[in-house]
Amino acid sequence: MSKHHVTSTVNGEPVEFLCEPQETLLDILRDQLDLTGSKEGCSSGDCGACSVTIDGRLVCACLVLGAEAEGRKIETIENMAEGDTLHPLQQKFLEEAALQCGFCTPGFLVAAKSLLDRNDNPTETEVRYWLAGNLCRCTGYDKIVKSVMDVAAEMRGE
Amino acid sequence: MGVDGNYKWVGKRTVRPDGTDKVTGRALFSADSSMPGMLIGKILRSPHAHAKIKSIDTSKAEKLAGVKSVVIGKDFPNLPNKTISIGILAANFSEMSDKLMARKKVLYDGHPVAAVAATTSAIADKALSLIKVEYQVLPHVIDVDEAMKPKAPLLHKKMITVGVDPAPTKASNVASRCEFGFGDLEAGFAAADVIIERTFKTKPAHQGYLEPHGAVVSVAEDGQVTIWCSSQGQFMVRSYCARLMQIDEAQIRVIPAEIGGGFGGKTVIYLEPVAMALSGRAGKPVKMTMTREEVMRATGPTSGTSIDVKLGATKDGKLTAGEAELRYQAGCYPGSPVGPGAMTAFAPYNLENVKTVGFDVVVNRPQAAAYRAPGAPMSEFAVESVIDEMAQKLGMDPIALRELNAAKEGTTAPYGPKFGPIGNEQCLEAAKNHPHYSAPLGPNQGRGVASGFWFNVGGESVASVNINTDGTAVVLSGNPDIGGSRASMAAMAAEVLGIDYDKVRPIVADTSSIGYNDLTGGSRTTFASGMAVCNAATDAVDQMRTRAAKVWDISPDAVEWSEGHARPAGPNAGDFEPMSLADIARTSAKMGGPITGRAAINAQGAAPGFGTHIVDVEVDPETGHVTVLRYTAVQDVGRAIHPSYVEGQIQGGVAQGVGWALNEEYVYGDDGCLQNTGFLDYRMPVASDLPMIDTVIIEVPNEAHPFGVRGVGEVPIIPPLGAVANAVSNAIGVRMTDLPLSPPKILAAIKNGS
Amino acid sequence: MAQIEYAAPASIKEAVGLMANGGNSARVLAGGTDLLVQLRAGRLKPGLIVDVKSIDEMCSISVNKNDFRIGAAVCGAEVNEHKRLKKAWPGVCEALDLIGSTQIQGRATLGGNLCNASPAADSVPALIAASAVATIAGPNGRRKVPVEKISKGPGKTVLKKGEIVVYFTLPKPAPRSGDAYLRMIPRTEMDIAMVGAGVSLTVDKSGTCTAARVAIGAVAPIVLLVADGAKALIGTKIDDAALNALAAAASAACNPIDDMRGTIEYRTQVAGVLACRAALIAFERTRS
Repeated sequence: MSKHHVTSTVNGEPVEFLCEPQETLLDILRDQLDLTGSKEGCSSGDCGACSVTIDGRLVCACLVLGAEAEGRKIETIENMAEGDTLHPLQQKFLEEAALQCGFCTPGFLVAAKSLLDRNDNPTETEVRYWLAGNLCRCTGYDKIVKSVMDVAAEMRGE
Repeated sequence: MGVDGNYKWVGKRTVRPDGTDKVTGRALFSADSSMPGMLIGKILRSPHAHAKIKSIDTSKAEKLAGVKSVVIGKDFPNLPNKTISIGILAANFSEMSDKLMARKKVLYDGHPVAAVAATTSAIADKALSLIKVEYQVLPHVIDVDEAMKPKAPLLHKKMITVGVDPAPTKASNVASRCEFGFGDLEAGFAAADVIIERTFKTKPAHQGYLEPHGAVVSVAEDGQVTIWCSSQGQFMVRSYCARLMQIDEAQIRVIPAEIGGGFGGKTVIYLEPVAMALSGRAGKPVKMTMTREEVMRATGPTSGTSIDVKLGATKDGKLTAGEAELRYQAGCYPGSPVGPGAMTAFAPYNLENVKTVGFDVVVNRPQAAAYRAPGAPMSEFAVESVIDEMAQKLGMDPIALRELNAAKEGTTAPYGPKFGPIGNEQCLEAAKNHPHYSAPLGPNQGRGVASGFWFNVGGESVASVNINTDGTAVVLSGNPDIGGSRASMAAMAAEVLGIDYDKVRPIVADTSSIGYNDLTGGSRTTFASGMAVCNAATDAVDQMRTRAAKVWDISPDAVEWSEGHARPAGPNAGDFEPMSLADIARTSAKMGGPITGRAAINAQGAAPGFGTHIVDVEVDPETGHVTVLRYTAVQDVGRAIHPSYVEGQIQGGVAQGVGWALNEEYVYGDDGCLQNTGFLDYRMPVASDLPMIDTVIIEVPNEAHPFGVRGVGEVPIIPPLGAVANAVSNAIGVRMTDLPLSPPKILAAIKNGS
Repeated sequence: MAQIEYAAPASIKEAVGLMANGGNSARVLAGGTDLLVQLRAGRLKPGLIVDVKSIDEMCSISVNKNDFRIGAAVCGAEVNEHKRLKKAWPGVCEALDLIGSTQIQGRATLGGNLCNASPAADSVPALIAASAVATIAGPNGRRKVPVEKISKGPGKTVLKKGEIVVYFTLPKPAPRSGDAYLRMIPRTEMDIAMVGAGVSLTVDKSGTCTAARVAIGAVAPIVLLVADGAKALIGTKIDDAALNALAAAASAACNPIDDMRGTIEYRTQVAGVLACRAALIAFERTRS
């Protein structure tokens, strides 16, 4: 079996890895790069727990082959805080109890950040549809949606 | 300090101590740990719903390079076929072992038949494909009513129904019958002006936790076992593994990983003993994680049910009698939650004549596992639907009918005991007065109301509070934190100790670091383990009072503890400068050594919880699609230790209940195999399916708990089934009795008028 | 273990060569949202995965004098960010946008949605209604095939060995045209369509429909172009009588199955409902 040599940028750092053709980016992140913050909830793109961005585009890492990461820039939950300063979304999730078990939380945060990077004034409906690919079984989404709306308002200076 | 006190930390919205790890990806869940030399374990599962295993040939798999061990049913100890109690659980280990790894027969699509451990995931997959199993396929039965028919295929040829006198002579799929109630039903129905009889059906619903089951298990050469796994109880895992594998509990150390949701579904084990067997043979640690397909095919949903309800009332709204027969799917072995279903069905009501009969029925499905308020959502859905219909027939407001017949302090519960102080009436009143209840409805919209009841649970808990010499404290407890319980434990300890919340570090200890705890379930943790934490903190306070008394040379009884300081109890005790916790802790070496408060209790006095929900829906009359427009949930929680997480529990329970009511179901083919094995077609609510969920917290304190806690997690999943069904029924003018209320079912009902 | 190879060719020629030599077990990887799921579940064991996302022609949108060209491997999010395309063919863009979540939109493509050949593919009825044409490259050169002629049944297409869909051509809409796509799912997101309906129509200055195309999905082994549905609309002002005729035509065309996502009865009835609703939206759009 021929392994592919892949060079990419993960969380701002250059990385190189060898992957088998069928290995997903999620496999690589979790098993080779020790970035276990992206979670495997379904392996079929239905739960969003493995949300990452590739060249700024939000995707499920379970639906990307490791080999496709060649030359790309990948951002994961592990790079969301800057040094010891949490991203406003991370801070708001803590303050508003927008997590219970915490398993889906990294995916929600990555997805919500991707929304706010594009749109700092989303409606509740826009937030709900943007996050529809992130399943949460604990919270009923209420506090998650509120937190995202609140952070958006803070970013707008309201 | 009392149940009605003003608190500094209890009731505050603190940031949870484990929060930062969970928003940064640092928290380690079951699949996130690895060990040097670790193997990957995988399970081969039955493709048939019901079949005899004629032979299993693992020889080719064993010879594959990279395969380190292979196990099948005969590699597990055979155990006596009897039910044993462990804490709040009861288990038949012979059956449990057969569920882990089939012996003579497979009983459902997905039943494990063999397992392998190999150096890579790909080799393990290949090894599974090399195992040859010869099956003789048997007729199967999936539906509960079908399984009860005299000619239904039998899962267990010797199973005689328990609880029937005289005992039947013929085997059946009915494992047991239970009965609750009192009074004279005949007289009760004779006194009724209106009698409603209806049959209801619900589908099995999966707990739907986002984290698939996973475990890393290491069996050392000396037989010592270390297990890292996510579960609702590390002690449950230890007890079960010890009995299933026939080794001493002291040889097993279970280290709890963070748990990615459970809702009851992780009160049982699937992988750990298999990984033990594989690891023991291979001499290396083994990691096993389920795929989502495995979770759906082979882990416990709650039961599908079929329920008859009969309710009588006078024309002025007094309920005269209530009767229900409940038939619950247990899955492949006995053990559906029909008992609690039968106990809770009529619990929100004050009935003089009531009877519920339950049947626990085996079918060719995975074993039912606990799911939030096990058994109650289905039976209370049936009763709440009939209550709604009764209100319509009587021309009464549905909350008024409930208020008129509400169970209250002194009411005899249908399952026997008299209720103490309960918040049922307060919930109904708060719902009635909520602006939601009087808001106008538009065309094609309907409003539904339903109540819910759950016992709440106590049980065994151990806690330690270690006072550090710098004036901080570490709180050790033994229940996995499934949704913020560390925050609650820290708040209660801070309150009792009188120090700041952020000076308290709560730890979920492993099985070798703390004494036995029953698992996280039944809404027991904040009540029972919380009580243990309070008692342990009080024990530490008592020790510190004693030390202050020594310094002051007065009786310990003359020292009181307030705001984190030992103080003379009054002018007669003497005039001494108060000593802070930090002062006392700093000198602990000279004053008798470290200060550690301990508590080991079997918590009694769990107090019931009630809730009332209101929901508005809109039904598209041309497609049958339901939109949930507005939702309000009122619940008596006794005391909200952390209001945000109490609200979160309620909102999460509502979302699960709405999913159960509208779209979640298991679809089996004619072959008895599950067709919707993933999140794509097992349709749990997504963010765009739901509105904000308003919560109203009622606090009728439980006198048995230091802060008045009742418990919160179970009640909120109960009312949504009835509330949503009532709302849809009211929107379309047809009574809907068969969940889920999927668009095709609703459109057919609109078309056919029934 | 069966070997899987991965290649990311930079040209159509190279890709076609790889596909032709890869035999029956070669698969195109565009967005991967179907391929990787099938791969993971073991339903598919390709010998060769040809990642086409390094081929410019397949990954770009161009606006020409008479038409739009959408590369078969352009992801849904990018299509929906293209303002001129979205203004011209809002129904096509919305249909693509309905496929899965935001995350799926970062990957899923028109080419993949079409070539996966599911009768429930959301973008296909809209493409058919829009008279989209697929340009296919193969060992013997290129050919153009209307989208409605691509699928032969669930999982089957007219693509021959070595052939790949390169791009789709959508005409510039005539004045006073509009299109729309609607689907029915039990939830609000993340489901496969139980029924889908795409309608494209053009009206004259008096508001009378002069041209129409109606396509319905998830009601037969392939997405259906319903000629009788178009007939019901042409010559009318999309009044109730026309809509009733459209609903009847759409329902009559259905040949669905009962499965875990819907019943025959339901699909048949709702196909008519959605066709009418889509027609009304498309009609509304003729005015903007």
